[in-house]
Amino acid sequence: MSKWVINESLCKGCGICIARCPLKILAYADHLTPKGVYPAAITDEAKCTSCAICARSCPDVAIEIYKEEK
Amino acid sequence: MTMKKVFSRPASLSKTPFHYCPGCDHGVIHRLVAEAIDELEVGDRTIGVAPVGCSVFAYDYFNFDFNQAAHGRAPAVATGIKRTRPDSIVFTYQGDGDLAAIGTAEIIHAANRGEKITVIFVNNAIYGMTGGQMAPTTLIGMKTQTSPYGRDASTAGNPIKMSEMIATLESPVYVTRVTINSVANLMKAKKAIYNAFKLQKEGKGFSFVEVVAICPTNWGKKPADSHKWLTENMLPVFPLGTFKDTLGVEKSA
Ligand SMILES: Cc1ncc(C[n+]2csc(CCOP(=O)(O)OP(=O)(O)O)c2C)c(N)n1
Ligand code: SF4
Ligand code: SF4
Ligand code: SF4
Ligand SMILES: [Mg+2]
Repeated sequence: MSKWVINESLCKGCGICIARCPLKILAYADHLTPKGVYPAAITDEAKCTSCAICARSCPDVAIEIYKEEK
Repeated sequence: MTMKKVFSRPASLSKTPFHYCPGCDHGVIHRLVAEAIDELEVGDRTIGVAPVGCSVFAYDYFNFDFNQAAHGRAPAVATGIKRTRPDSIVFTYQGDGDLAAIGTAEIIHAANRGEKITVIFVNNAIYGMTGGQMAPTTLIGMKTQTSPYGRDASTAGNPIKMSEMIATLESPVYVTRVTINSVANLMKAKKAIYNAFKLQKEGKGFSFVEVVAICPTNWGKKPADSHKWLTENMLPVFPLGTFKDTLGVEKSA
């Protein structure tokens, strides 16, 4: 299961999550959603710390964050 | 290895997608309200009052009761609801055109009467819904549809500082100004909104949270650039901070 889960139908491509991820592991995907938006996507999920900065910053609550529990 | 949920949509926020423009701060501010209502476990007795402005459809976005008032009159409607149903948690959600222009009388007198309601005031220095006209909060020199050469104080006055004005009144118990231009500030805004609702849950008086916000569409800027512009231009005029905390809610938390 992923740490970073996006509901692409909610994403408006505003880019706030991409700008705020401290690890710079978010970028625009290269496909369009039915709304005509290039949604945010994660480029290197292994690096993600599940800090949720992206998700808390998303105005459209499009991102869910999970953390590995050992 | 199992996965623990760190962040997801709060229960009080409905599944309806927001109609707001890409990057608009209204979405985060709605979510912070829903998180406070969930954390205080008052969703079953909360009643919101939506304004006229971009957030006119706020009633679609929460899983609790909502009303929608005539332009600027949300504090008067909230007064009526709170007085007839004193056990309810009643709040207004208003823009700067709604609260600081057409609704100036309603907000000042609701605050002065110490109505036991919470006000979430979203100050984006412009009339967003109607296409970007000058608001009482528009900055000096800021170009809008109705100030194409920039706001001129000699004809249009200076930006109104609602938090500072309301803090001069005796009755309000909590008056604070926050912003969501960074995650650190967003977490402070979350706490302030929580504090405002906590005071109401405890039966205390009028609480007011001003959120300095962006309107990327009518500012003509990308969302990330808008937050930078807000930091550089709005915060010097609308400084962050708590102007009144009669009961010390920030220290007790
Ligand atoms: C009685 C009345 N006067 C004027 C209007 C037009 N009007 C609609 S929204 C609005 C201002 C909205 O600005 P604001 O409250 O700042 O909300 P925002 O859209 O920026 O969030 C105005 C003047 C109206 N709907 N009703
Ligand atoms: S959770 Fe943190 S590290 Fe992971 S993508 Fe979001 S902002 Fe980046
Ligand atoms: S912040 Fe939300 S809406 Fe904006 S690009 Fe990221 S996921 Fe999409
Ligand atoms: S016009 Fe401005 S305030 Fe209204 S939804 Fe668009 S960005 Fe937000
Ligand atoms: Mg406005």
